[in-house]
Amino acid sequence: MTLVRRSLLALAACAFAAGLAGTAPASADALADITARGTLRVAVPQDFPPFGSVGIDMAPQGYDIDVANLIGEKLGVAVELVPVTSANRIPYLQTNKVDLVISSLGKNAERELVIDFSTAYAPFFNGIFAPDDVEVADIAGLSGKTVGVTRGAVEDLELTKVAPADADIKRYEDNNGTISAFLSGQVDVVATGNVVAAAILARNPPKRPELKFLIKNSPCYIGLNKNEPALLAKVDEIIAAAKADGSLNAIAQKWLAADLPTDL
Amino acid sequence: MTYVFDFSWLGEYMPVLLKGIGITLQLIAVGAVLGISLGIACAWARALGPKWLGGIVAVYVELIRNTPFLIQLFFIFFGLPSLGLQLGELTAANIAMVVNLGAYSCEIVRAGIQATPRGQFEAGASLAMSPFETFWHVVLVPALQRIWPALSSQVVIVMLGSAVVSQIAAEDLTFAANFIQSRNFRAFETYIVSTLIYLALAILLRQLLRGVGWTLFPKRATR
Repeated sequence: MTLVRRSLLALAACAFAAGLAGTAPASADALADITARGTLRVAVPQDFPPFGSVGIDMAPQGYDIDVANLIGEKLGVAVELVPVTSANRIPYLQTNKVDLVISSLGKNAERELVIDFSTAYAPFFNGIFAPDDVEVADIAGLSGKTVGVTRGAVEDLELTKVAPADADIKRYEDNNGTISAFLSGQVDVVATGNVVAAAILARNPPKRPELKFLIKNSPCYIGLNKNEPALLAKVDEIIAAAKADGSLNAIAQKWLAADLPTDL
Repeated sequence: MTYVFDFSWLGEYMPVLLKGIGITLQLIAVGAVLGISLGIACAWARALGPKWLGGIVAVYVELIRNTPFLIQLFFIFFGLPSLGLQLGELTAANIAMVVNLGAYSCEIVRAGIQATPRGQFEAGASLAMSPFETFWHVVLVPALQRIWPALSSQVVIVMLGSAVVSQIAAEDLTFAANFIQSRNFRAFETYIVSTLIYLALAILLRQLLRGVGWTLFPKRATR
């Protein structure tokens, strides 16, 4: 009698645990869930233009939002945008509040332990930018040039390590100082991110910062939960198709004012 | 309060700090000498010069004394290149400090000049001195002696205010502190060190100016 009761209890406990597990991320197939639900939930930034910001109509807009809509369209489902911050974008995915994180997410070893990444969908890099008529091909070409950079930024630290000794590095307090110094001709070239360069280009200035070479490359990937091979394959397929048919390049032109790098 | 102080970065970054101190000293040396000279000339123009010149100087003084130093600096460094005048950050910082101190010291020196009794001018004239000689020997030196403490304070204020030239990447002491802080992330220690250096510089500058005062105005009773 007791044995039966005990097994029943154990069975109930197992069922309870299984029920709990069912609410956690690892449902059988996220892609099937999305299709069944009819909506794709995507974590997007709202404070990081041009990847994601809030427009004058209070609707989210940006590179990441356009990519989210592109993927939703290809999957044939509605898109539900979930605004996140850079700190909580991965927890939102892990707790299954969203299906995908399209939030200018960079790949690194720590993150790869907890989530999976698609192929890269957006360029994100630091580089040396200068107008067309300035000849700089590589790091040695900075010799004798004045280089503007934002003090303490990643590109400042990298540049300080590798720049030739006679490159005159001017360190400004923030990106606005660096931009002003470049536009007013106080520096020949700037070391900055492609996003900042895009922000300058968007104002259509007389001096246009064109990429001369890369300092550090860290493209953005779409994040999704581990063990979702069907969803991962589908997302990769959509990205590959969007790269091939030029629709991703159109998004890059719209938000970054530049073509996608060929190696993306 | 379990903060653990760490000054181990001090040796590594000493050259940066020393360079920063050097730039700050250079800025205040040029700023003080040229700024006070400009101030004296402007004070003469406002107090004793022709009316049209006094008017122009009044506009300059009001413009500078009623706008922030940082904006004046940005105007010279980021603004003037649009008019084709490209200045390096040190030149721009020097000009901004001279122009700024010029306006303030103009008003301080003018106060000293206008406190000169009318009889002093007449005494100069009756000794057959030219108006310039009267101004130089009879009016200016006692006037400077009267306002020297106020002028010294203004020079120290401008020296401390020079911290903002780090905003245009002039590598002064504040730039050095910010630079170090963005590399060692020891903000507390870095700003303690830079604060102490500024304090020492200000005290030294005050003593130096007092010494200059003693040399320029040796034991001469005001009245």
